[in-house]
Amino acid sequence: MDELIAKLKTQIIEQLNLEGVAPDDISADDPLFGEGLGLDSIDALELIVLLEKNYGIRIENPADGKKIFATIRSIAEYITANKKA
Amino acid sequence: MSTAITAYCLIRNHKVIVNGETLLEKEKELKFSEFIKSAYDLNASANLKFFKMDDLCKLAYIASEFLLKNKKLSEQYGQENVSLLFANTSSSLDTDISYYNTIKDFPSPSLFVYTLPNIMMGEISIRNKFKGENAFFIFERFDPDFLRNYAMQLIKEKKAKAVIIGWVDLLKENYEAFLCLAEETGNGTELTTENLEKLYNVTNFKL
Repeated sequence: MDELIAKLKTQIIEQLNLEGVAPDDISADDPLFGEGLGLDSIDALELIVLLEKNYGIRIENPADGKKIFATIRSIAEYITANKKA
Repeated sequence: MSTAITAYCLIRNHKVIVNGETLLEKEKELKFSEFIKSAYDLNASANLKFFKMDDLCKLAYIASEFLLKNKKLSEQYGQENVSLLFANTSSSLDTDISYYNTIKDFPSPSLFVYTLPNIMMGEISIRNKFKGENAFFIFERFDPDFLRNYAMQLIKEKKAKAVIIGWVDLLKENYEAFLCLAEETGNGTELTTENLEKLYNVTNFKL
């Protein structure tokens, strides 16, 4: 899980063009939206693309997005639970 | 006092010129992305959103940061009384092409939002809390006569007390931004077609 979290941090920084943010600046349990990294709705769409592109995971129910993208850890847990073997 | 151009900013050939003074000059070999980042570092207020903008928006945004430095137009005139009147020739083609290239794989939402040229006025309005009329036109070339007449009409009809007139164009590594601030009763150079043309063409023109 720790390895996946570290990888996700790097991927998110790259995908969302988070200039000046280093992986160590992001805590796995910090909220991604609102406070914390302060991501917006377009970032949420980019995260959906990231999951599909890098992990082959499609979020079928958009209502689940809020829970899945709450923190880096929640994304990592969702990937672990849904990644195809 | 008549309607006057009170400030202008010209970004072209890796130079930033404000009111006739060169504030930044970089070597021509530099890529646009590196040049605009150095302009951001020199003058813009910290804004993480800048790094998510496409190149056209970055160009317009940086030009506006230089133009409006130490100015508080929203407070001075009221948010609804500051208008933006922009034009260019390449529209958002630079980002349209980038977005098109992602369609085959995974369409990029963050590129898609910049596939309209008038988004740059939105970014500037958000940053400066402007809520006045925005208009964007696509012309073959810079048209000072049209822009001057439109700006004067906005002021005459009491739709604006200040108008930011802009020509911001970018396609790949070719770019230029020319922003002028026209104020209803400002001290500066009279807002005429000839003066707009002069400012656009003569890079060391003093107001």
